[in-house]
Amino acid sequence: MGRALRHALAIAGKDLRMELRTRTSLLSAAVFAALVLMVFNFARDPTAVATVDLAPSILWVTVTFASVVAMNRAFTVERENGAFDGLLLAPVSRESLYLGKYLANLAFVLIVEAITLPLFVLFFNLDLGGALPGLLLTLLLATIGFVAVGTVFSAMVAKTRFAELMLPILLLPFMVPPLIFAVKTTVPLFAGRPLSDVLPGLRFLALYDVAFVTLSVLLFSAVVDE
Amino acid sequence: MTPDAARARSLMTRGVVLTVLALIGQAAVMLLAIQFTPVEARQGMAQKIFYVHVPAAVIALWVAVPLTAFAGLLYLWLHDPRLDRFAAASAEVSTVLCGIVLATGPIWGKPIWGTWWTWDGRLTLTLFLFFLLLGYHTLRAAIRDPGDRARFSAVLGVMGLVLVPFIHLSVYLWRGLHPQPVVLKPSAPSLPPEMLRTLLSGFAVAFLLYLGFVTLRYGIQLARDAREAAHAG
Repeated sequence: MGRALRHALAIAGKDLRMELRTRTSLLSAAVFAALVLMVFNFARDPTAVATVDLAPSILWVTVTFASVVAMNRAFTVERENGAFDGLLLAPVSRESLYLGKYLANLAFVLIVEAITLPLFVLFFNLDLGGALPGLLLTLLLATIGFVAVGTVFSAMVAKTRFAELMLPILLLPFMVPPLIFAVKTTVPLFAGRPLSDVLPGLRFLALYDVAFVTLSVLLFSAVVDE
Repeated sequence: MTPDAARARSLMTRGVVLTVLALIGQAAVMLLAIQFTPVEARQGMAQKIFYVHVPAAVIALWVAVPLTAFAGLLYLWLHDPRLDRFAAASAEVSTVLCGIVLATGPIWGKPIWGTWWTWDGRLTLTLFLFFLLLGYHTLRAAIRDPGDRARFSAVLGVMGLVLVPFIHLSVYLWRGLHPQPVVLKPSAPSLPPEMLRTLLSGFAVAFLLYLGFVTLRYGIQLARDAREAAHAG
């Protein structure tokens, strides 16, 4: 177990180091998120709809699309110079390989979300106040689940034509159930409702995480082994 | 002609025969529904679409889609190309059936509910499945290598199978407008015998249509694979 985890961390470390040195994908995903927020600002009528009513949808639509953009890079970078074959030949189990890629993706999407959240608060003049811890927990739980699925899919689409378009087509249906529950959690959070209104959504998100992280670990070897 | 090509040809013939029979049966069911089944008291003629809509929905959701996912699951275990061909064929027919459900539903919904579409649990679930199936076909179309194609689509199928209960959970939190089951429910069917007879013929025809389409589609895929193998070899 310790060995498997060490291998996974090594692979995740490699991905993050590479990303931090080039910064291209991270920057473009963050800029993309900021642009989506800006589009939202101009796509609404501020006199007709109160920001707080619209805020949960703005946040989750932005997070959804920015995450898909961020996850695209996981395996497309490995296509260059046959890097992925090297990774497959390395003496690490498929589970460690998946876990490494997953952790890197998770860190990556969380960084993009960490950039998006303050911009969201800033652009829409929100006072999160007591909602912040709950919101962070919701973001984390939702992200853990859909990034697990996204990592498997991005390994698949890296071998197809139009990989960049294929990922959202496959992944968005899988992102909608966690999204529904994240919104169901965010709305009472922003309205300052008691914790009992928030818990069912969080519980569902945790259930989704357990189911899809397990399934993804099990199915990953079927994707990479011919 | 290779043995596979010959087999493909005979399968396609069989598929065409079954499909033609099913289409004739479909015409007969429509005739039966319109001419020989009493008009429902509250919904009037609009209710007639029930005899097409419900069989298509039941065959799609309880036969075609689950079989696609299970064929994928078995493929990951056995690596038999026949399972992949079947999964692909069944997925295509599922898409057609879901399309029929999604097209006939609003035609009924407009006069009865007063709206073409509503985000009711069942409607949303069917729409989700339809999109998952479209994604499945897009994925298959984008991969050249037959091994990759089979494995990836099987993985997607299994993931989809696990996703369905979650969609169910998330969309059923909204109270539905959709009518509750009248036949497949724990107590006895609450449908007059004439209507039940028409509905059951509808089920039989929809199932026959599924068999016909799948056989035909399987035969086509077999012929394609045989041709690819002949070119490669």
